[in-house]
Amino acid sequence: MQKYSVFSLIKNAFSNHEKWDLAWKDPTPKKEYDVVIIGGGGHGLATAYYLAKEHQITNVAVIEKGWIGGGNIGRNTTIIRSNFMYDDNARFNEFGMKLWRNMSQELNFNVMFSPRGIINLAHSDAQMNAYARRGNSMRLNGIDAVLLNREEVKKIIPMADFSEDVRYPIFGGLAQPSAGTARHDAVAWGYARQADSMGVDIIQNCEVTGFDIEAGKITGLRTSRGDIKSKKIGLCVAGSTNVLAEKLNMTLPIETHLLQACVSEPVKPVLDGVVTFGAGHFYISQSDKGEMVMGGDLDGYNSYAQKGNLPTIQHVLTGGVALFPFLSRLKMLRTWGGIMDMSMDGSPIIDKTHIDGLYLNCGWCYGGFKSVPSSGWTFAHTIAQDRVHELNEGFSLNRFSKGYLLDEKGLGTKTWIS
Amino acid sequence: MLNIKCPYCGDRSQKEFAYGGDGTITRPKLNQEISDEEWDNFVYLRKSPRGKHIELWHHIAGCRQWFKVERDTTTHEIFRTFKPEE
Repeated sequence: MQKYSVFSLIKNAFSNHEKWDLAWKDPTPKKEYDVVIIGGGGHGLATAYYLAKEHQITNVAVIEKGWIGGGNIGRNTTIIRSNFMYDDNARFNEFGMKLWRNMSQELNFNVMFSPRGIINLAHSDAQMNAYARRGNSMRLNGIDAVLLNREEVKKIIPMADFSEDVRYPIFGGLAQPSAGTARHDAVAWGYARQADSMGVDIIQNCEVTGFDIEAGKITGLRTSRGDIKSKKIGLCVAGSTNVLAEKLNMTLPIETHLLQACVSEPVKPVLDGVVTFGAGHFYISQSDKGEMVMGGDLDGYNSYAQKGNLPTIQHVLTGGVALFPFLSRLKMLRTWGGIMDMSMDGSPIIDKTHIDGLYLNCGWCYGGFKSVPSSGWTFAHTIAQDRVHELNEGFSLNRFSKGYLLDEKGLGTKTWIS
Repeated sequence: MLNIKCPYCGDRSQKEFAYGGDGTITRPKLNQEISDEEWDNFVYLRKSPRGKHIELWHHIAGCRQWFKVERDTTTHEIFRTFKPEE
């Protein structure tokens, strides 16, 4: 594989950048693989990469219905954080933070990871107490957490509305300075390129139409490009999880919902970190190009449409203008939507299933992007070793029936109730 | 924007309604032994199909009645709306 560096850039400039190698091949599917990963998004590609790198399993196919980077990996708002209170979530995502910091070097692809910090705003004494508790839990797990008072928040986001007579006056916030953003497409491309170079087949435009199961064991799958045999199959299909579960006769604690995001026209630097305004169902950051990147609530009813409805955007931006009045003068450039696999407790599932050789990775709700490396790493371990890693043992499929919910924020599929 | 026909009030904007989830789920009968599996089915497990979906809606800014809607989850086409007992 051609290494990307300033020297290769200069060298290729002489040939008008027409002689770069393809970043990954376009193979025809083979008859059999050791492992097949369904879903060529961030999680699926990262899983394939770590299977090859950490477990030396390279006879792997990643099957993608559309194209790489066309699903939620290319539709998210790129926030990376580990500000969780529960041990299972905190350890898992802090492990991911370590992988994020070294990702550009490891993948030889600039993912533009930018640890610019995140602030969750608080609007009452009670919320400040709750954030102090969450911050302490984070610190016990080795995560940086800083409780900010009103004046400290004002120094960081002076353009926010700090009036005292608003519906949600700013009392302070909880910050994680090491959180940040990254370029989402580059994450998919970087993992795809490295996985491909180690022998993984990335098969695009290939839809899964069915599964072959014999005596409780998975033996292969049927696709729009032919049948493929495999004793191990991993599902990383986010919003399409329920569609494939139906083909497997499984019913999961997952509902598929639509989440929208939008960006404004680009403006000069005004906001250097990520700010979440939970009370107003709104969060915001500024991209390197200057666009204000914003999002908020689910559309609120089961949906597989990868585009949203205007009332939700209006609702989100109403909250946005309440916090940052200057937003009212910006034009919106684009809005888009992605379909989310909303789990019933708001936490993911990375586990084996009752079918031998079938592994499940789903339930990321709207926080899947930050977990791409940690999810790929632990899912690869779960598939390769046929047992869960201690980092993902809390994300079990049977935690719902057993009553061990990971209800980090008490949110499930009905997030709008809170 | 969805246009939902409340069986009691007629066509109204989506903004007047709140969503209530899958309308085919029935609560296990009270005053009898209920297995963990039955509770799991009732509380957590959902088919969430792509295509036709029968769901509950609440006319919260109107007559405040609950009713059922049959809707396509991809195109958002509404096929029919009906009272829960129908």
